[in-house]
Amino acid sequence: MIDSLTQFLNEHWDLIISLVKIMLLVFIVLTVNAYLTWFERKVVAHMQSRWGPHRVGPHGLLQPAADGLKFLLKEDPTPNGVDKFTYYLAPLMALALALTSIAIIPFGPDPIVLLGHKIYLGIVDLNIGLLALFAITALSVYGVALAGWSSNSKYPLLGGLRSSAQMVSYELALTMSVVGVLLMAGSFSLRDIINVQALHAERGLFAWNVFPQILGFLCFFIAAVAETNRVPFDLPEAESELVAGFHTEYSSFKFAMFFIAEYTSMITVSSLCAIMFFGGWLSPFPLSWTFTHYLPSLILIPFGLWVIWDGIRYETIFGRIILPGVGTVITLIGAVLIALPVVNEFIQGPFWLLSKIFVFLFIYVWMRGTLPRFRYDQLMSFGWKLLLPVSLANVVITATIIMLRGH
Amino acid sequence: MNVPLIVFFALAAIAVLGAISLILQRHPIHSALSLIVVMVALAGLYLLMGAEFVAAAQIIVYGGAIMVLFVFVIMLLNAGAEERTSFSSLAKFAGLPLAIALMGCLAAAVAGSSERVQVAAQSGAPAPTKVLASQLFQEFVYPFELTSFLILVAIVGAMVLAQRDSKESHL
Repeated sequence: MIDSLTQFLNEHWDLIISLVKIMLLVFIVLTVNAYLTWFERKVVAHMQSRWGPHRVGPHGLLQPAADGLKFLLKEDPTPNGVDKFTYYLAPLMALALALTSIAIIPFGPDPIVLLGHKIYLGIVDLNIGLLALFAITALSVYGVALAGWSSNSKYPLLGGLRSSAQMVSYELALTMSVVGVLLMAGSFSLRDIINVQALHAERGLFAWNVFPQILGFLCFFIAAVAETNRVPFDLPEAESELVAGFHTEYSSFKFAMFFIAEYTSMITVSSLCAIMFFGGWLSPFPLSWTFTHYLPSLILIPFGLWVIWDGIRYETIFGRIILPGVGTVITLIGAVLIALPVVNEFIQGPFWLLSKIFVFLFIYVWMRGTLPRFRYDQLMSFGWKLLLPVSLANVVITATIIMLRGH
Repeated sequence: MNVPLIVFFALAAIAVLGAISLILQRHPIHSALSLIVVMVALAGLYLLMGAEFVAAAQIIVYGGAIMVLFVFVIMLLNAGAEERTSFSSLAKFAGLPLAIALMGCLAAAVAGSSERVQVAAQSGAPAPTKVLASQLFQEFVYPFELTSFLILVAIVGAMVLAQRDSKESHL
């Protein structure tokens, strides 16, 4: 029995591990998405001198769960005269493509070794990684466009039209802006792109692509924000003009699917920014500064202690029980990292990558709290007359310098 | 049956079904969606042959850019479902025999070249993007540049035509 089981495991090891990794990643991404909504509401609220969600659970931490439950339980009416097939297809397509694109992101440099097999963080490591991502991005326009068209309603149709025009316009600049990075790396693989930045690891953060590719980075980030339909480029769902844009006629979980897709693509874009321009899992400090390896613990332990301290004084009894518990767990994780150098060493890569992703997610939210929306003609002239020429110039400059240096 | 063969037949079936649905659908958007399915299935076939770059380019250019433009135009014109008319008598009498003849010619051509196709598919050593790029930009650089010039001419021509139209309408 055990023999046949181990044999089965050995034969189908890759398949089983991939399936487990996919399930884990989907679970993690969906949870992070839920808490990203909480994070966004909290940060925007504090920027506007409000408290944000704080009723459901301590500090509103159970708000995402309440929202999810509400999405599941709401009535899901199908409006009259919709094109049924496309109406149901659109949210599925948006969500599926957004979740697929995150499978290509590698989350850490070193594999976990389990039973003599190496397990890398990240589901697949394609040697056309970036191209595959762009292919998925190219298809994800349809989710929004078809949702707008199939709803049989004028505001969604306008939103869908705007989004397809916007995505076609900004996709060019998006693709052009990464050519500089690709020229420097000589590969489409995200892992190779990070490894090229690791060649001068002794320089720390000055080895990152963002310094030679500052133009490329600015173009990429702006175009990517436009591709994800976020402020200041959220014209497809401009609520002051279009009610809610392309998802006006969607409710209940179909609406939630659009929402999850949008937040997932935010995570993908943030990971791409971190990987292509900010060194991915590389530390910003020179390689010789080994004491920076204690940084995760140095952040986790004070944060955990602060959560305990805050929890003891919390106004509700529920919070006074939950928050100190959570704080203790965080503090313990920090302590374990100090106690086990192997684990601490392993956690360095993912720690830096996740920190960078978090910074970009914060910038997304920050922009939403700060910037007003573009006007439609401004959006178009900005994309075609500024972003595209600048990203083209970046390609020419990068190629010239690489040619002059002769490698 | 080995796995690649099963995948090949699955993708081929999807492509053919998509193509049939493209013709049979009454609504332009549904036809466009069917065409996207065909494009993506073709990309899958390229991937099966180890041509990763071509597969990605197929999805980005055809599945993405071009079909988005199709869908965009259909949405912009708000084209409704097409009405079925009785076929023209030419199509009725000459259509089917001609279609069968075309299929026969294609089948004969494919059957005749089956050995060569087999060899190409088998020896389809995955063409790395680097090899493809150096072929395109070194050996075939002149045809490549000529093609891009041709496309540029088409773009300028479209601009000129559109510009003339708008001038007339302003008058």
